[in-house]
Amino acid sequence: MELKSKVPSGPLQEKWDRHRFEMKLVNPANKRKFSVLVVGSGLAGGSAAATLGELGYNVKCFCFQDSPRRAHSIAAQGGINAAKNYQNDGDSIWRLFYDTVKGGDFRAREANVYRLAQISVNIIDQCVAQGVPFAREYGGLLANRSFGGAQVSRTFYARGQTGQQLLLGCYQALERQVAAGTVRMHTRTEMLDLIVVDGVARGIVTRDMVTGAIETHLADAVILATGGYGNVFYLSTNAKGCNVTATWRAHRRGAAFGNPCYTQIHPTCIPVSGDHQSKLTLMSESLRNDGRVWVPKKQGDNRPPHAIPEDERDYYLERKYPSFGNLCPRDIASRAAKEVCDEGRGVGPNGLGVYLDFGSAIQRVGEAKIAERYGNLFQMYERITDENPYKVPMRIYPAVHYTMGGLWVDYNLMSTIPGLHVLGEANFSDHGANRLGASALMQGLADGYFVIPYTIGDYLAQAALPKLDESHPEVRATVAAVTERTAQLLAVKGKRTVDSFHRELGKLMWDNCGMARTAAGLRHNLQRIPELRAEFWQNVNVPGSGAELNQSLEKAGRVADFLEFAELMCLDALHREESCGGHFRTEHQTPDGEAQRDDANFTYVAAWEYQGPGKAPVLHKEPLAFENVKLSTRSYK
Amino acid sequence: MNLTLYVWRQPAGSPSGQLVKYDAPDISPDMSFLEMLDVTNERLIARGEQPIAFDHDCREGICGSCGMMINGVAHGPMKGTATCQLHMRSFKDGDTIYIEPWRARAFPVIKDLVVDRGALDRIVAAGGYISVSTGSAPDGNAIPVPKTDADAAMDAAACIGCGACVAACPNASAMLFTSAKVGHLKMLPQGQPERGRRVLAMEAQMEAEGFGGCTWHGECEEACPKEISIDWIVELYRDYIWATVVRREERAAEAAI
Ligand SMILES: Cc1cc2nc3c(=O)[nH]c(=O)nc-3n(C[C@H](O)[C@H](O)[C@H](O)COP(=O)(O)OP(=O)(O)OC[C@H]3O[C@@H](n4cnc5c(N)ncnc54)[C@H](O)[C@@H]3O)c2cc1C
Ligand code: FES
Repeated sequence: MELKSKVPSGPLQEKWDRHRFEMKLVNPANKRKFSVLVVGSGLAGGSAAATLGELGYNVKCFCFQDSPRRAHSIAAQGGINAAKNYQNDGDSIWRLFYDTVKGGDFRAREANVYRLAQISVNIIDQCVAQGVPFAREYGGLLANRSFGGAQVSRTFYARGQTGQQLLLGCYQALERQVAAGTVRMHTRTEMLDLIVVDGVARGIVTRDMVTGAIETHLADAVILATGGYGNVFYLSTNAKGCNVTATWRAHRRGAAFGNPCYTQIHPTCIPVSGDHQSKLTLMSESLRNDGRVWVPKKQGDNRPPHAIPEDERDYYLERKYPSFGNLCPRDIASRAAKEVCDEGRGVGPNGLGVYLDFGSAIQRVGEAKIAERYGNLFQMYERITDENPYKVPMRIYPAVHYTMGGLWVDYNLMSTIPGLHVLGEANFSDHGANRLGASALMQGLADGYFVIPYTIGDYLAQAALPKLDESHPEVRATVAAVTERTAQLLAVKGKRTVDSFHRELGKLMWDNCGMARTAAGLRHNLQRIPELRAEFWQNVNVPGSGAELNQSLEKAGRVADFLEFAELMCLDALHREESCGGHFRTEHQTPDGEAQRDDANFTYVAAWEYQGPGKAPVLHKEPLAFENVKLSTRSYK
Repeated sequence: MNLTLYVWRQPAGSPSGQLVKYDAPDISPDMSFLEMLDVTNERLIARGEQPIAFDHDCREGICGSCGMMINGVAHGPMKGTATCQLHMRSFKDGDTIYIEPWRARAFPVIKDLVVDRGALDRIVAAGGYISVSTGSAPDGNAIPVPKTDADAAMDAAACIGCGACVAACPNASAMLFTSAKVGHLKMLPQGQPERGRRVLAMEAQMEAEGFGGCTWHGECEEACPKEISIDWIVELYRDYIWATVVRREERAAEAAI
């Protein structure tokens, strides 16, 4: 396997323009002759499917929910970045580019990030035109807020429901194409495998989640926009259905997996309340604009927060990072919270929490203003915890939130399997080892609205694909493999539920591959995960049949894939003998406890190639060249 | 606490089902309603029975996947709250809880508490959008929108498409859902060019899907987890009448040519 990044030559600022000019075009009359499968209807998949439909391609789009509008993107709260510089506070495409590369701890591809920053401005225009009700000032123009890791106000938002509004804009564009007949939408349909013929991605095998039918869809190109794999930890802020199945199956068919160990732990989530916990709820990072994070100075101080006087509180982010304060990046804020809790200064029933206090903001701007900014978040918090954050400081704790790793893609967003393109959170590009707040929505929409519509044309114009039908041996073999695996899951009829395996795996991953990782912990996981996987296949109990709606079977397939994928994650984390961004190896830290990168040895993307069951995957390295920014130690002090 | 559940069980593909009684002992008040069902399902599986099927995904009240009738009320007793955000502290030890799917002609039951809400997507496909293809947009700040209009548009756009309004309505009307989308887009300058066509097309699709008409019961607003105001229905009617007249005049003008 050879990793060709296909980054165009020339100055950074001109790469994308030049590439757009050099790419081949598909004649408008020929577009409808090309069929494209888009798996996923979130911001990345929905925007791609809608735009490809508008261009005239023959598109099929898939999601496992009952409507494309319910993709996990809907849950994003805080906002979307764009280098509009409407606030005249010194923002520029270059600054957004620089902040993103630095925020990613210098582990992303410069050219991709620059293109993302360039495109960011078009995204806002497109969304406004679609009717996305962004927040506005009294003069009628767009409002902005600031987000972690940036010192300018470049985040556009729609109350605390930015993801929802962007996704609805995208969903409406998609439904318009459905009505126009260019896109066929397959809801409640799960992709279970990728069809590769002569080394080229030519289709997918799906399961109709209502009838249980295993079906084949063949096409000229396949796009995966299936989101992130944060649920490998069981507890995360992701929606319950988020999974690694589509990308893992593609990996098993030959797509390299990039940087699987890069995961983001979000600092502001509602702490775990008990063993019944089924997921964690994020409190948007935007809250750190007005909320101040603190813990008591004394260990084990269990007085209620209002009884702790100012001088006995430790506003540790403001103390340690005076220039960014409460707005330092996520990885740093998360680790700092873990540190104070490990010191025994955590708050709440189990000591795993810190305060996020709005007292001084309410005094400064009034309760009404705070309600306008964060009303729905405060309400959500109160529902879950039964505490009123206008009166009592919120309790928060870090939780798994986002995965920077994903299938490796080149500059055209194509994986190592020709014809297989990967967009949004499902790919590895753009965010390096840590993603800045409000940049995932930007990336998903950039990929779907403005990158793939060009690059897929270039691919299709040159692909010269032979005709293919369902009788092809590769197609039949893939269908047979899916059918057999489904039957196997149902046949075990053991004693343990799927959820109990998932919880156990999640705990292993959180303890040993979470916020802080050690070689010993990772080795422990590398031994335990295969054992757990073996037990799963001998002792899982999946009730019911495969010929109907069977939610246990759906979960079982996803957990089976997590059980394979988790091992690769630990392997990647073990091999990366440095700390960078969200990947913190306890062995590699500076004397004051900050992440210590090893640029001499690890300035590369780790892309893993599958070798078959039970065989060690092969590591390929894509060196990262920094020609436009200087590698420096990230400092937010 | 200890609860008694009566849950609607309807096998996949079967036209009918029945309420089945289950004990739900040792339920923590900190659990969400869906976590209570998770626990019940784990116990059912351990006993060799089929777990209860229900739709859910985000568990944060935003994706609109979840939804069930809880003691006859869509999304249960707490106002402005989706089922996934309802917590067991809203119930008392010893309570009996009846759990049923959304019931409406346009929402056929697939299994247990899972229904087919595809009709709502088709109402949007009929016209619930602004026709602007990617790449054709002017600068975001080229279209100023008064803050009050943008805020009102956002109020309507907050709809999560869960279908509670339909389930709560004695006529199983989708008027609140439809009016929320019509209202969101009509409040914005970008939505004006297609305003008349949109309301007519969406209303026609709503009827074609078998949803009932609105006779002003107001149950939809009560049930809505996002507290979308019934005033949007008034706005829809206003546009509908206006658009019908304009349309008739257009047709007459076309005929005259
Ligand atoms: C609580 C929360 C808040 C967030 N807030 C922000 C924010 O404020 N700003 C920001 O920039 N980012 C935010 N993020 C991150 C951001 O929301 C996601 O990274 C982004 O929305 C992912 O979009 P996507 O299109 O790649 O994938 P998703 O939106 O996850 O979509 C995945 C799609 O793939 C489909 N799918 C998956 N697997 C299969 C399969 N096997 N077969 C068929 N279909 C499949 C699903 O049905 C779905 O349609 C937040 C994330 C969370 C969890
Ligand atoms: S599960 Fe998403 S709204 Fe309830």
